[in-house]
Amino acid sequence: MTTVTNNMSSQDHPHRSKSAQASWVLLQVLKLRIFVALFAVVLYFSLSVDNFLTTNNLLIMAQHITIIGILAIGMTLVILTAGIDLSVGSTVGFSGMMAGFLIMNGIPIGDSVLFLNIPEVILVTCLVGAFIGYINGALITYLNVAPFIATLGMLYVVRGAALLFNDGGTFSRLQGHEELGNMGFSILGNGSLLGIGIPVWLLLALTLVTWFVSYKTPFGRYVYAIGGNESAAVFSGLRVRRIKLWVYVFSGFCAAIVGLVITSQLQTGHPMTGDTYELRAIAAVVLGGTALSGGRGSVIGSVIGACVISILNDGMVMSGVSNFWQMVIMGLVIIIAVVIDQLQQRLHKRVMVLT
Amino acid sequence: MHTVEEQRNSSNEQHLESPSKALVQVKNATKRYPGTVALDAVNYEVYPGSVNVLIGENGAGKSTLMKLLAGAERPSEGDIFVKGKSVHFHGVRDAEKAGIGIIFQELNLFPDMSIVENLFIGNEMRHAGKIDTRAQYRKATQLLERVGLEADPSIRVGDLYVGQQQLVEIAKMLGRQVDVLIMDEPTSALSQKEVEVLFGIIDALRQDGVAVIYISHRLEEIMRIGDHITVLRNGRIVGVDLVKNIDIPWIVRQMVGGDHKIFDYRPRQIGEPTLTVKNLSLKRVNGTFALDNVNFSVGRGEVIGIYGLMGAGRTELLEVLLGLHRSAVGQIEFDGKPLAKGKPANRIKAGIALVPEDRQTSGMVQTLSVRDNMTLSSIGRCCSHFLGFRMIRGQLEKQQSQRMVSTLGIKVSHDSDKITTLSGGNMQKVIIGKALLTEPRVLLFDEPTRGVDVGAKADIYRAMNDIADQGVSVIYTTSELDEALAVADRVLVMALGRITVDLPRDEVDRDLITQKASPSAVQDAAAQ
Repeated sequence: MTTVTNNMSSQDHPHRSKSAQASWVLLQVLKLRIFVALFAVVLYFSLSVDNFLTTNNLLIMAQHITIIGILAIGMTLVILTAGIDLSVGSTVGFSGMMAGFLIMNGIPIGDSVLFLNIPEVILVTCLVGAFIGYINGALITYLNVAPFIATLGMLYVVRGAALLFNDGGTFSRLQGHEELGNMGFSILGNGSLLGIGIPVWLLLALTLVTWFVSYKTPFGRYVYAIGGNESAAVFSGLRVRRIKLWVYVFSGFCAAIVGLVITSQLQTGHPMTGDTYELRAIAAVVLGGTALSGGRGSVIGSVIGACVISILNDGMVMSGVSNFWQMVIMGLVIIIAVVIDQLQQRLHKRVMVLT
Repeated sequence: MHTVEEQRNSSNEQHLESPSKALVQVKNATKRYPGTVALDAVNYEVYPGSVNVLIGENGAGKSTLMKLLAGAERPSEGDIFVKGKSVHFHGVRDAEKAGIGIIFQELNLFPDMSIVENLFIGNEMRHAGKIDTRAQYRKATQLLERVGLEADPSIRVGDLYVGQQQLVEIAKMLGRQVDVLIMDEPTSALSQKEVEVLFGIIDALRQDGVAVIYISHRLEEIMRIGDHITVLRNGRIVGVDLVKNIDIPWIVRQMVGGDHKIFDYRPRQIGEPTLTVKNLSLKRVNGTFALDNVNFSVGRGEVIGIYGLMGAGRTELLEVLLGLHRSAVGQIEFDGKPLAKGKPANRIKAGIALVPEDRQTSGMVQTLSVRDNMTLSSIGRCCSHFLGFRMIRGQLEKQQSQRMVSTLGIKVSHDSDKITTLSGGNMQKVIIGKALLTEPRVLLFDEPTRGVDVGAKADIYRAMNDIADQGVSVIYTTSELDEALAVADRVLVMALGRITVDLPRDEVDRDLITQKASPSAVQDAAAQ
C-alpha cells in the first residue's frame, strides 16, 4: 500500500513545476494551520508570561478548554450538516438551573417531593438538554424552519425559561443533603482521576467517541454527505431528516454536559451561565477548519480550535491585555482563520489544475 | 484521426473566409479544470452576418468555449480578440459591453418574477430614476410578438412551460443590442412550430449583420440554418468548413472521430413485469400537470428509453418512482404488489435506484472522495455490527468501490481522490456505480449521457446493456433521438406529462416520435 503511493508520488514529483511544488507545500502547511496556530499561541505565551507553563496554570486552562471544547464537539456535527445551533449557550444555563432545581427543590409529586440522587440528576439534565436539541431539530427538519432562525428563537426561549426557574435567582450551595442522598455533585466539575480533572476526561471521551462516529460509522458518513450536498443525499436514499434531528439532539446533550460541569464547579446554578458561549463554540469550530457551508471539517480540528481560543483568552488575561483589546484580537483571529480557509480552497484548486 | 491541419487542408480553402474578416477571434485558448483539459489550444473565428455553427459531442468543450466568449470563464492560456482588439473579460457584463450576448442552455430566469421583469433584469428602462414600467411593458409585448409567444408579459415566468421559458430567454437577448449572439441549444425545449419562428428570427439577425453562434445537436437544423461550421472533439477543433460544402455524414465523422460505433443494441430475453405504473399523476404548484395519467410497465431485463423535450415530465416520472414528490397519486406495483408510499430510502431498499439528471446538484457530494460517493447508498452493507451499532469495515468498503471502478472503467488514479477531480463522464460512472452497489432490480437513468464525452457515453450504454442482461429492468430518459433508439427494447415518448406513444423497437419511426414529443401538437390533438 505505502510503497505504491510512494512510487506514484516519486514519479509525479519530477513532472511538477517549481511553482506547483511550492503551492503544494504551502497547501500542506495551510491544512495543518490549526496545529501551527496552537503551537504559536503556546510558544508565545510561555515566553512572554512567567508562570504560563506551570502545572497549576495548565490544569486551570484545561478546565477552560473543556467548556468550549465540549460545546464545539456538538456544534461541529451541526455545522457539518450545514446547520447552526445558536441555542447551546442558553441550554448551558438552563441545564445548570435544571440540575440546581433537582438538587435543591426536588420534583414535587402530589404532596410529596422526589429527590433524585446525583447520577439521576445528571441523567435527567442530559435528557432535558437533548430534548431542547430535539425541539431545534424538529423545527428545522419537520417544519422547515431555517436552522439560524429556529435556534435563535430557542436561544431566547430557553434563556427565558432558565430565568423563570427561580424568578431570575440562582440555586446556590448545591452540596446536597445526606438524608436526601444527593450529595457529591461537585465531583463532576472538581473531582479528578489520575491527576486530571473529570471534565477533561469528559472532553477526551467525547472527542474520541465523536471522532469515531464521524469517521467509522454510516451515521458520520451521512453527516458529511448531507452537508456536502443535501439533494444528492436525498437521491442516495439517506434519511436526511432523521440524521439532522440526531445532530441537534447531540448538540443539546453536549450543552447540558457543559451546564452540569459549570454548575458543579461553582456549586451554583446561575440562569445567565453560558451567555454567548454559542459564539465561542462556533468560533472554535470555524477556527478548526470546519466550513460553515457544511460537509468539510473535523471534530479534532474543533477541539484544537477550542484550545487555541481558550489559551489565547487566558494568555491575554495573564499578560494584562485590556478587556477591550482582547475582544478585538479574538475577532481578528476568527476572521483571519476564515480568510486563510478561503485561500486554502483557492490554492487547492490551483494545485489540482497544475498537477 | 485527422489532425487540425490535415482537416483544414482537406476542406476547400478558397471557400473559407479569411480570419481577418472575423468579428471575434479566439487564439490558442486552453482551459483547464481540476483533472481535465476542457479546451486544448483552440483557434476559433466568428464571422458577422452569418450563422456560425459549433458542434461536438457532449463534453467536447463547446460550452466551455462559449463561456470564455461570454465572459463567464477566463482562459487558462490564450487570447480573445473582438474586432481585432484583445479583450479580457472579468464577467458576463464585460462581454455584454463588448457586444457579446449569450442565451445559456440552462435557463437563467427568475421563476417568481414576471416576463417583463425577466426581460429587463439588469437592463431596466428608466425614467427619472424609476423603472419605466409602461415602456417596458410595451417593449416586452413587441419582443414576445417577435418570438411568437402568446402570453401576457405580466404573468410569472414560473407559470410557463419550459419551451415558452426558452422563448422568453431568447426575447431577453433580442431586447439588447448585440453584435454576437450565442445560442446554446436553443431548440432543445421547442416544438416544431416554435423552431420555425426561431429560425425566422435568426434569419433577420443575420440580415442585420449579427454574428450568430449556434450550438445544436440536431444535424438537420444545422444544415438548414448554418453558414460556417466548426466541429469540436475532446477539447480540440477537428473540422472547420462552410456548411454548403459539407453533408451530415461529414459532421458525424468529425464529431465521433472515425467509425466509432457508440450504440450496440442486442436483443435479449424479457421476463415478467417488475414495475407497473397505473394512472400516475402529479400536479405542479401552478395547477398544471407534471405527470398526467401515466401508465406503463417494464419487464425483467428490459430496457425502456423515454424520449421527450425538456419539461415533458420525464424527470418527475423517475423521481416519483424513487419516492420523491409525495403528492403524486396513482399506483406503482413492484413484483405485482402495490408499492406503499415511501421515501427514497425505502424505495432503494425495495430495489429501485435512480441516477439523477443533474449530477452536480443531485448526483454527487462534491466534498467527498470517489469511494465515499460510490458507497454512500450502500454503506450499511459494508458494516460490522457491534452492540447494535454499525461500524464501517474499511477494507470491505474499499473492495466494493474498487470493484465498481474496474467494472465501469472509471479513470481515477486512486479512489480516495475527491470526486471533483474526475471528468464529467467519470463522475457519472461513479454515480452509476453508487446505484449499482444498492443491487437494484429497477434502475432508472435520467439523461445519463448529458455532458459526457463519446467514450464515456459508449461505456454508459454498454453498462446499461450488461445491467439488463443480469435481469435488471432499466429505464432511461434522453432528449437525443439517436440515443432513445440506442439500446432500448421499447421507446416511450412523453410530452406535457403524458406518455403520448409507446413503441416496440421494431416499430420505431423518427417522424412519429418527433411529432409525439411536441407539446403543441399534443395540445392540438387533445383539443380536437
